[in-house]
Amino acid sequence: MGSIVTRLAGALLCAAVAAGPARAADKLKVGFVYVGPVADYGYSYQHDLSRKALAEALPGAVETTFLENVPEADSERAIEKLARSGAGLIFTTSFGFMEPTLKVAKKFPTVKFEHATGYKRAGNVSTYSARFYEGRYVCGKIAGKLSKSGTVGYIASFPIPEVVSGINAFMLGAQSVNPDIKLKIVWVNTWFDPGKEAEAAKALLAQGADILTQHTDSAAPLQEAEKAGKLAFGQSSDQYRFAPKAQLTSIVDDWNGYVIQEARAVLDGTWKSHDSWGGIKDGMVVLAPFTNMPDDVKALAEETKQGIVAGRIHPFEGPVLKQDGSVAVKAGERAPDPMILGMNWYVKGIDDRLTQ
Amino acid sequence: MRLDLLPRARRSRRLDLLAPALAFLAAVLIGGIAVAALGVPPGQAFLTYFVAPLSEVWSLQEVALKAAPLALIATGLAFCYRANLWNIGAEGQYVAGGLAGGWVAVAAHGSQGPTAWILPAMLLAGTCAGIAYAMIPALLRVRLGVSEILTSLMLVYVAQLLLDYMVRGPLRDPQGYNFPQSVSFDDAARLPLLMAGESLHAGVLIGLVGIGLAALVLTRTLFGFEVRTVGASPRAARFAGFSDARLTLAVFAISGGAAGLAGICEVAGRIGQLQPEISPGYGFTAIIVAFLGRLSPPGILLAALVIALTTIGGEGAQIDLKLPLDLTRAFQGLLLGLVLGADVLTRYHVRIVPGGAGAKGIP
Repeated sequence: MGSIVTRLAGALLCAAVAAGPARAADKLKVGFVYVGPVADYGYSYQHDLSRKALAEALPGAVETTFLENVPEADSERAIEKLARSGAGLIFTTSFGFMEPTLKVAKKFPTVKFEHATGYKRAGNVSTYSARFYEGRYVCGKIAGKLSKSGTVGYIASFPIPEVVSGINAFMLGAQSVNPDIKLKIVWVNTWFDPGKEAEAAKALLAQGADILTQHTDSAAPLQEAEKAGKLAFGQSSDQYRFAPKAQLTSIVDDWNGYVIQEARAVLDGTWKSHDSWGGIKDGMVVLAPFTNMPDDVKALAEETKQGIVAGRIHPFEGPVLKQDGSVAVKAGERAPDPMILGMNWYVKGIDDRLTQ
Repeated sequence: MRLDLLPRARRSRRLDLLAPALAFLAAVLIGGIAVAALGVPPGQAFLTYFVAPLSEVWSLQEVALKAAPLALIATGLAFCYRANLWNIGAEGQYVAGGLAGGWVAVAAHGSQGPTAWILPAMLLAGTCAGIAYAMIPALLRVRLGVSEILTSLMLVYVAQLLLDYMVRGPLRDPQGYNFPQSVSFDDAARLPLLMAGESLHAGVLIGLVGIGLAALVLTRTLFGFEVRTVGASPRAARFAGFSDARLTLAVFAISGGAAGLAGICEVAGRIGQLQPEISPGYGFTAIIVAFLGRLSPPGILLAALVIALTTIGGEGAQIDLKLPLDLTRAFQGLLLGLVLGADVLTRYHVRIVPGGAGAKGIP
């Protein structure tokens, strides 16, 4: 009798010991690596919202963690640290993390990696990005309609294809309603530097721009526009609260759906390496409410957005001419994805030069 | 009431050694209070910051990899700072070294024939580029009397933007979708790993040899004596016939060369290609390391290890304890402030002067 009790107790103990770690291991650890601070209220902030959304959507099933302000030159260690601390799924959210992600992925074949905005994949590395240029095309239309001075200021970060295609889409949108529109571009060579961004905004306003748009992550340009009584577009997140009188709309990156979907796939064991490039239709690119504009412009913006969703409108619908007048996309055709992904030329009408 | 700092008649050797340790202890205590205020048990945070990184082979390698460039650059800077010359531009000299050495690797990419020359050529090019880049502020100072603090700092941005231009233009990978980066270097252009499958590479050894050499030069040669004399007493140095101009060029060459070498070691070691950003601020952090190490090579080595340790421990704290990165940075700043403050207290004692009027001493 006694021996049965002890055996039973022993078995229970064994079960308890075995179940403890097993339950902990069942929980999927999801790590995020950000290039900026989570408080940038832009790109990294928006990614962090998706981390929080994930924790809320799958409570008990996932555990999330992040590293912020990771310099690109120092990112391999940060990514490896996450992999070593038991993460089963890791989002590396900046282009510059591409090679380090692949290197670490090779060392940890069972860990799944999701790299934002890159183009190299592996068996356990997926890539994802959003068609921001669709949102920029809508913004271009709004700016073309609203600019009184006929000059729009553009604060740009780095001349990579994502940024260049954004500038082109914006310009094509603006030209479609005002063929004479002028675009002034300032390259600030940073993703996040409120000081530099504000300086650039002031310079552009001083040069006669009455609408600003940006491909950098802080709300500083928007605030400069607000102070000067001019208009501007937000970036990455809805920045209305920073500039309630200036923000026209904002191109919001909504990663929530994607992040949750990928975590689910890992939990279900159905995760596969793939490339994902979603736009307005997929809910990855969201336009914040159209504000500070008359109803007819609002209607045009709404109509353009719906057109893109329905596939009636494509920002790079031919004919698209390059700066030198040569044809990039023939009439009746649309730019194929690889062309947009590798864009290193400006459309006609942009008065700026790209290093080749 | 006023506080006066009066020079101590006698410097205690024991106090000299004890001061940084006490400063470290004070920093840990203050850091502990901050951690507790954030709702994390201080003991646990201490383990994550300072013990966990030393308890795994992997993270030990990471500490060494992070400390090596810091120590190498800081040792070079120590020559400048000891001679009262303020080279703030090691970051630029590092980038110049990485760019020049990386250029050799890109030029040799895919070449047929012997490859044994590539790596030495890269290291040489990197070191020479660092020296050449440091010569600009040095010559401007010697010839025209321009402040080397300003020129060396401003040249950092020039070097960064030059690298940026090169990886977007001439050195861009033709198959890279126009993204700003060079081709990945061939194996012959990479520093070999010290252990297969691990991350420690030969750059760490190069760094150690460099620091050892610098220590010998500083303590055992006439030149080292000259550097120390000029720093301690410029007038005496002039009476001894030491030339200001020659010394300026020499210490800038040493610090530039060390930074350039660190740059190419990082590019040929860890990174393996040229990209717009090849430094997480090593050239600036090295200034902190140089002073934390009191401008002596063994102290610098120790300081570099401490900074590397807190950086890597800080990542662990972000992941495991959800402590913000800002805390790590605040702690590193706190540590520097306390070490420098402790140094002042070993050399001076504080006298409280009631009322303050008419008191003597250093105001």
